Amino acid sequence: MEVRVANVRKEFERFPALHDVSLDIKSGELIALLGPSGSGKTTLLRLIAGLERPTKGRIFFGEEDASQKSIQERNVGFVFQHYALFRHMTVADNIGFGLKVRHGPSRPSAQEIRRRASELLDLVQLSGLEKRYPAQLSGGQRQRVALARAMAIEPAVLLLDEPFGALDAQVRRELRRWLREIHDATGHTTVFVTHDQEEALELADRVVVMSQGSIEQVGTADEIYDTPNSPFVYGFIGESSALPVKVEDGQVWIADRPIGLSAPHAPQGEATLFFRPHDVELVEECNGCIAGTVAASRRVAGTRRVELEIGGERQRVEIELPVDHRAAQKSRVAFRPRRWKLFPTA
Amino acid sequence: MADPEIKSYAPHHESLSAAVTESRPAKAVLMIVSFAFLGIFLLLPLIVVFNEAFAKGFSDYADALTSPDTRSAIYLTLLVAAISVPLNIVFGVSAAWAIAKFEFKGKAFLTTLIDLPFSVSPVISGLVYVLLFGAQGLLGAWLKAHGIVILFAVPGIVLATIFVTFPFVARELIPLMQEQGNGDEEAALSLGANGWQAFWYVTLPNVKWGLLYGVLLCNARAMGEFGAVSVVSGHIRGLTNTMPLHVEILYNEYNAAAAFAVASLLAGLALVTLVLKTLLEMRYGAEIAATRGH
Repeated sequence: MEVRVANVRKEFERFPALHDVSLDIKSGELIALLGPSGSGKTTLLRLIAGLERPTKGRIFFGEEDASQKSIQERNVGFVFQHYALFRHMTVADNIGFGLKVRHGPSRPSAQEIRRRASELLDLVQLSGLEKRYPAQLSGGQRQRVALARAMAIEPAVLLLDEPFGALDAQVRRELRRWLREIHDATGHTTVFVTHDQEEALELADRVVVMSQGSIEQVGTADEIYDTPNSPFVYGFIGESSALPVKVEDGQVWIADRPIGLSAPHAPQGEATLFFRPHDVELVEECNGCIAGTVAASRRVAGTRRVELEIGGERQRVEIELPVDHRAAQKSRVAFRPRRWKLFPTA
Repeated sequence: MADPEIKSYAPHHESLSAAVTESRPAKAVLMIVSFAFLGIFLLLPLIVVFNEAFAKGFSDYADALTSPDTRSAIYLTLLVAAISVPLNIVFGVSAAWAIAKFEFKGKAFLTTLIDLPFSVSPVISGLVYVLLFGAQGLLGAWLKAHGIVILFAVPGIVLATIFVTFPFVARELIPLMQEQGNGDEEAALSLGANGWQAFWYVTLPNVKWGLLYGVLLCNARAMGEFGAVSVVSGHIRGLTNTMPLHVEILYNEYNAAAAFAVASLLAGLALVTLVLKTLLEMRYGAEIAATRGH
């Protein structure tokens, strides 16, 4: 099912949680809503589910306007951060709940419900645990049951709120791969919320980066990582270094020296230069480059991270060097970012 | 009778660290004081009640309990409890639901109101109804014109009992529901359940032990209430006398054996309540602990 969020605004007691958010989700897509806490990602998810009503704007499921529909009518599978399993019901009863509460002919027989529950347990690789209670399961197992329960109602959309947030790192990685497999097998349109960029970039077809109630950027992992479109995304996703620069005559300047980067379309004046610390090219002779004094040097896993002091204003940036690179021993290093972006200073 | 204060030391199994543990003599003194106090003020009277009840032998005891007035008092007490406890379950669950699951203006005020019956003397609770429904009261003339009798009749006793016992269920459920939050209900709704199904299949089972505990205390108080009921009942023998009122009447008539016989029934009720409460606490405590595991 396609989901279209059109100009949605949400206020909680006059406090805006989302400003004019629009988002198109394609059928069968796996989408991550990524952002720091307070960015509005969970609010957006709950709006899609129908757990909240938008203050303004509409939400479409396919061609249909779902904005005024209740959560029951929307037929969404929602997986809660803390699972929200019914603790007094067995695993099988939990999974069958959505079928049991149906009315009339759409309600399967008790036997059919049991069969569906077992089937879904097989799918989430928990066969044989039908009779267990949630308290008797590990965190990872509970999350799988919660997902099976949400899928039992054959939802139009699967929505997951920080699905792995309460699990330890090992289990998280395992479940991540598993969720991807389930998604590929079932083809549900899936939206999940996370604050873990690694999770979002690894798992999702497209990532929606959010900040302060707005969408900053939507794109594939490659697009988001390689061409961030705002200082926020640069800072939030992966490592980045920033330097205050000046744009004049289509050239980028630090203090009174051009640094060999041309920016013919950038507006004149103060700006901030962003680049990835690992995406730099070391140069021998500084004829149009960024040069700095080595202030600190740290070994980080397979690389060496060097902190450089640039120019007279004591700006510090980090770059990454191969461990055995000669430049790491020098007191002065010159480099040029390979991929970079300028944002005018506000 | 079980008082609301008792529940404040419901089981919290926290291990005591050595640092906060008193020295041996201090411990002994504290324990002796507690046991002596309970023995003198609770256990001894209880023994006296049963002792006095059987003072003139078992046949007198049986006679006292089977006299028509006593039987009607027992019947009335059961009737009042049978009406007021279910009503308070409905009110208590509604109030707890509203307070725990919604945000609205006047919520703090409502919470305070729920505690009002605990802070007001039961006599006042009764007097309020006299002022409201009495012949000279606010609604007295209207009620009389329509032939509705509330005061000095069963409806008045039920109203007073409901008022006095209102907090038990609500106060038991509010913290429990607040702790559990809305997650389970949202999950039920997202799976297609309607509001009633969510309540019946999810909310109610989640709070059932707490609810039962509240009902037990509510019932004990409903059967044992004296002050408020005394004001509105009119003490008409065989008609508007509940068991506690009947005990008083018998005692004032120097019929101590009969008074204690009826009192022994109330004491028995208290003991049964206590045992059930303890069993429930053991069970309920485990339930809460399991909940926390989530």
